[in-house]
Amino acid sequence: MITLPQDIATPIWLTIELASLTTLALLLIGTPIAWGLARSRAWWIEIPASLVALPLVLPPTVIGFYLLIALGPHGPGGALASMWGGRTMAFSFPGLLIGSVIYSLPFMVQPLRASFEAIGDRPLEVAATLRASKWRAFWTVAVPLARPGFLTGSVLCFAHTIGEFGIVLMIGGDIPGQTRTLSVAVYDYVENNQYEPAHILAGGMLIFAFAVILAMRVFDKRLAHSGT
Amino acid sequence: MITASFRGPIGSFTLDAHFTAPAQGVTALFGRSGCGKTSILRCIAGLQRVAEGVCSIHDDIWQNATIFRPAHLRPIGMVFQEASLFAHLNVRRNLRYGAPKSTPAGGLGFDEIADLLSLRPLLNRNPHHLSGGERQRVAIGRALLSQPRLLLLDEPLTGLDQAAKDDVMRTLERLHAAISLPIILVSHDITEVERLADHLVLIENGRVRASGPLAELQRDPTLPLALSRNAAVSLNGEVAYHDTAYGLSHVDVPGARLLVPTAPIPSGTKLRLRIAARDVSLALPPAHASTISNVLPAILLQSHDAGLHERIVLLGLGEDGTGAQMLARVTQRSWDQLALAPGIAVLAQIKGVALLAGTAADRPSAEAAPPPGSPPHSRDNSE
Repeated sequence: MITLPQDIATPIWLTIELASLTTLALLLIGTPIAWGLARSRAWWIEIPASLVALPLVLPPTVIGFYLLIALGPHGPGGALASMWGGRTMAFSFPGLLIGSVIYSLPFMVQPLRASFEAIGDRPLEVAATLRASKWRAFWTVAVPLARPGFLTGSVLCFAHTIGEFGIVLMIGGDIPGQTRTLSVAVYDYVENNQYEPAHILAGGMLIFAFAVILAMRVFDKRLAHSGT
Repeated sequence: MITASFRGPIGSFTLDAHFTAPAQGVTALFGRSGCGKTSILRCIAGLQRVAEGVCSIHDDIWQNATIFRPAHLRPIGMVFQEASLFAHLNVRRNLRYGAPKSTPAGGLGFDEIADLLSLRPLLNRNPHHLSGGERQRVAIGRALLSQPRLLLLDEPLTGLDQAAKDDVMRTLERLHAAISLPIILVSHDITEVERLADHLVLIENGRVRASGPLAELQRDPTLPLALSRNAAVSLNGEVAYHDTAYGLSHVDVPGARLLVPTAPIPSGTKLRLRIAARDVSLALPPAHASTISNVLPAILLQSHDAGLHERIVLLGLGEDGTGAQMLARVTQRSWDQLALAPGIAVLAQIKGVALLAGTAADRPSAEAAPPPGSPPHSRDNSE
């Protein structure tokens, strides 16, 4: 590992931690939501689907504002925090995690839903005629066949969390080691005229973003070739 | 006995179909596209639910007013119209997907199925590297390995080219001969039905028009089958001997012996023959020398106007007319000139006899069929 100054390394690790936990949480939360949206034929299903997609359209500051209220002392987040003696969940890592999960939700749910829908009814019916319960059919047929959706969703969520700025600023509060992520750190350095660490972080992010997009494109192509 | 009764709307379509069929051999649900036959099959499978449904096999009730067993709790195997193999599993794992951990006593194991359906060379391949016929063979094998008590085939030959169709058809015939598993086959193609079915259920607009043994429905002049231009009867016969000098098999059917050009076949082989109504012409006795090899005495039993100045005539083979029955299509003019009428003795001149099921029209013989209540697919010893 390259040795970086402590104040650069900390936000990097914090960001990776946040992105990993966000992706993990979204796999757990997003999968059942995407499955429900994909399998339902109810007319009203597009209402929850639109709710999930809201973060795509809303400015991060708007989401951040509502999250700040929800996580603050007078919101449910504050009530939750008071259970272990805290006053608020805003300006904390858990609060940041919750914000990230909500903000990145559509990036997990949409590709997953598309993948689940692409499977169609037939493989699941086949599984049922082969004695597979719904539960078994889900794990042995739907999940493996939706692999591209899981991959795309995870990569998007991870990358999106790493690049997120507005919400972090609104509900994170720029606390070093707690809520100061990469993007916020770059902002800070630039504000304080510290261009050198800003260059290191910004350049690293640039390479990272390019690598992610390139990897996804190559993967998509290979998937198209393999015909699945 | 298989009992199926389904009534209720499915989308804009209303199903109102009731039939019973023997729980052995092949029962064909036959009708045009869109007549509801696939919906009936899906109801039997438990994949579709209509307002009122009853479905049982033997004494095992799958569905009635109070019970509804979902598909995964019904002991069925189902083969769908298009390739439905799991794309993420190779052939071997597809085959094993529905198989119980250990093969039940009397059930067919993996090796037996792989041999019966010639799947060995395919086991490590991926489904999208298989031909259409191979895919359907794997799908049939996969369904069988789930140890079903009833096999449901939804147009398994549609969309295949002729070679693949023959391949799958032969596979089904082999299966039919080797295991005594009842099969329900959905088809819109009469040639498939003539070749494979023992029992026929005619479906029209979501209703059952008629249900009965194939031969009976084929020759019923009130049904569209007998009146169609391709009317034919399927006869089950047994080879008496093969005349190698002329390349003819002498095949006994009730009331007559037919000469059929075939490759050498051992005596005693059971065959299914197809005789088209328009390949049968009538003459009045006495017989004259003819190049037609099959000129058989028969009694004219019934006739029906088939339109276009033609009549469809039902014949009973043998001097007394009690043998196998077949159809003849004659013009109204010939009918009048020969003064034909029900009850008179005629000579049926059969210009063509087609061998439908090559080697395996062989039904499980009486002693090889399992006694009632025994496991449904013990192997037929004659295979």
